[in-house]
Amino acid sequence: MNHLLSIEQLDRADIERIVAQAERFAEVSDREIKKVPALRGRMVLNLFYEASTRTRSSFELAAKRLSADVVNFAASGSSVEKGESLKDTVLTLAAHKPDAIVLRTPWVGASELVACWCSAAVVNAGDGKHEHPTQALLDVYTLRRRLGALDGACIWIVGDVAHSRVARSDVLAFQRMGASVTVAGPPTLIPRGIEQLGCEVRYTLEELHRADVVYALRMQRERMSETWVPSLREYAAWYQVNARRLQPQQVLMHPGPVNRGVELSGEVVDSPQAVITQQVEAGVVVRMAVLYEVLAGPREPRAGAAPSSASSPQGEREAEAVLGGPAA
Amino acid sequence: MSAPAPLVGGQGEPAELLLRNVRALDPRASLDARHDVLVRRGEIAEIAAAGALEPAAIAGAGAHGGGVEVVEGEGRLVLAPGFFDPHVHLRTPGQEHKEDLDSGTRAAAAGGFCAVIAMPNTDPVLDSAPLLRSLRDAAARDARVPVGFLPAVTRGLEGRQLTEMAELRQQGALGFTDDGRPVADAGTLRKALQYQRLCGGVISLHEEDPTLSRGGAMHEGAVSAALGIAGIPAVAESTMVARDAALAGYEDARVHFQHLSVAASVEHVAEAKAHGFRVSAEVCPHHLLLTEEDVRTLDTRMKMYPPLATDGDRRALVEALRSGTIDCLASDHAPHAREEKEVPFEQAPMGSTGLETAFAALHTELVVPGVLALGLLVERLTAGAALFELPVPRIAVGEPANLALLDLDATWVAGEHGWESRSENCCFAGRRLRGRVLMTLAAGAVAHRLRPSGCDRALATVSA
Repeated sequence: MNHLLSIEQLDRADIERIVAQAERFAEVSDREIKKVPALRGRMVLNLFYEASTRTRSSFELAAKRLSADVVNFAASGSSVEKGESLKDTVLTLAAHKPDAIVLRTPWVGASELVACWCSAAVVNAGDGKHEHPTQALLDVYTLRRRLGALDGACIWIVGDVAHSRVARSDVLAFQRMGASVTVAGPPTLIPRGIEQLGCEVRYTLEELHRADVVYALRMQRERMSETWVPSLREYAAWYQVNARRLQPQQVLMHPGPVNRGVELSGEVVDSPQAVITQQVEAGVVVRMAVLYEVLAGPREPRAGAAPSSASSPQGEREAEAVLGGPAA
Repeated sequence: MSAPAPLVGGQGEPAELLLRNVRALDPRASLDARHDVLVRRGEIAEIAAAGALEPAAIAGAGAHGGGVEVVEGEGRLVLAPGFFDPHVHLRTPGQEHKEDLDSGTRAAAAGGFCAVIAMPNTDPVLDSAPLLRSLRDAAARDARVPVGFLPAVTRGLEGRQLTEMAELRQQGALGFTDDGRPVADAGTLRKALQYQRLCGGVISLHEEDPTLSRGGAMHEGAVSAALGIAGIPAVAESTMVARDAALAGYEDARVHFQHLSVAASVEHVAEAKAHGFRVSAEVCPHHLLLTEEDVRTLDTRMKMYPPLATDGDRRALVEALRSGTIDCLASDHAPHAREEKEVPFEQAPMGSTGLETAFAALHTELVVPGVLALGLLVERLTAGAALFELPVPRIAVGEPANLALLDLDATWVAGEHGWESRSENCCFAGRRLRGRVLMTLAAGAVAHRLRPSGCDRALATVSA
């Protein structure tokens, strides 16, 4: 795989391969020395156009555990604020020859564009409200550890589906892995046509007891000022996952950061049913597996539309792999 | 009011041309037969049976018809009335890096259009008589085909204060529009419709309820849900069409609905026409041929307003064009510079160029498969003129030569050899199209000849 741009582009075998690799890396994480030389001499560039501490540090940690060099580039305080376009920023940074670019932007499809503009492997760390594929992969990984397999599982995704890239990636990933997915939330926050992704739609939590897994989404405060819901109080009354609504056998997930008292009550966050910290932990090993997949895994021939300069750095990479890399 | 000529520009050398053995097609005159058509001093001088006119026999011409260019139609090339586009963006003044009066009207001529109407969302906005005067002067100098102008309904397109419509009409305004934006406030639009009784002029409406479309970048539906892009619901357009049709009926005003894109809008237009309201409507080639599925790849050339909708909407628009509920075609030619479109989809400006591909795309996708007759397509490509109280291009003796010579068999790849337009953001770029405009005559002058690189086969046919 050359890039990880979306879950939509993956099939079940791809997801299983990445999750299996993550499981191998998890063993490394339990060792005293947590670093492996798999990506020694490779450069990973974190290019973040949106504030993110969790995802960015998770990618940084993953790259470092694989012995890659990491450069962090945040859009704020950079040439981006002077009006540089995404394309020019990427071309400028690409001149430093990163092997992989981890990209987060507020724009749908930006990672596809960047993949066309430069020869680095591109990992989508969130493109607008479209997808957040590594989050979905770590969610699958976490659930597999908890449930064994997702086949036949009933998973409810609850909350602000309209503004959630996590929801879109999870709906696709969970279904690819054999689960059935229901999205539930206020009608103003369930996009028209979402059922075309194969999921069920509910506007109340009356049938939440049917779920094996309850995945709560973050309810952002700015949604109130945009009058998507009348008040947080009313939202919590109808859609908060709390001890009254959560059944003892259900697994509770959340992409973080949690608004305690809004989408989740404090007691369910702290309950043993919640796997929220396991999700964070899984983030590092899954992102290790993703970086390993796009930098050391089998490569596909590029599409014809790619610039011709794209081929040579890859050729070098392949040569390196054969030779075991410089000074390996 | 003694208004100046409504169209300006396109004054080239009057054509001296013999079009021999062409299939002359003018649906309004029920003309569809092989003829020789002689153009002298820019006017259609004679229409004779095919083979009847010998170059040597033409008065004033040399022994071999010297001074009169002879084009052989081989009984195959179609001669149609020149097309009329009531909706283009020529970007002058202020955005000449996208297009100007010369490049935009060259693009028009390359598409077979013998006249176009330019929109006022320029920088500054075309909303005052001095600006209209200077723009008409520039068009008289630079435009390859005649151009008409629709100044703004409201100053600065801000939707609040009416422009000086009466003075603008005196200076040659064909009508008024806030295109690119709706006149969102019903009371403001009503005043413009009332004021129309004084000054005349069609009021052209871009229909969009901004409270429903706000933040949207594509049609709301399955594709927008999957992509996570905020959607623009079909009712953002259709409710405004219904509102403004009702206002037009109440004030007995003349309004024209621009670029209809959804089935529900068509129903409201049909209903208004059934009531006898003075409304008309246009549709763009991209709304007749493309759908929201074409947006899935996030190609910014597929980003336009109104957005590409569902296949059901598309089919309803085709049917409405056939039935006449939609009166005419319009390209909504909207050039944007490469760097403006080479950005993530949500950041990109709305619009596609369309003048150079309108006929070929519609011919390829609707006429060749038998959905629409060629005569009907030609009728709808020329009908816009009458809606703006202008003479409709005709093939008749004594008429000024406004003609398009078409090769229906020529195949070409859109954009393969570049564009006449300064911009390249065409939603049909890269498509293999069948049917090509070989030559365009506008206001009596040759405005376009297909360049040699464009189509080898056509080159052999059109030789002076």
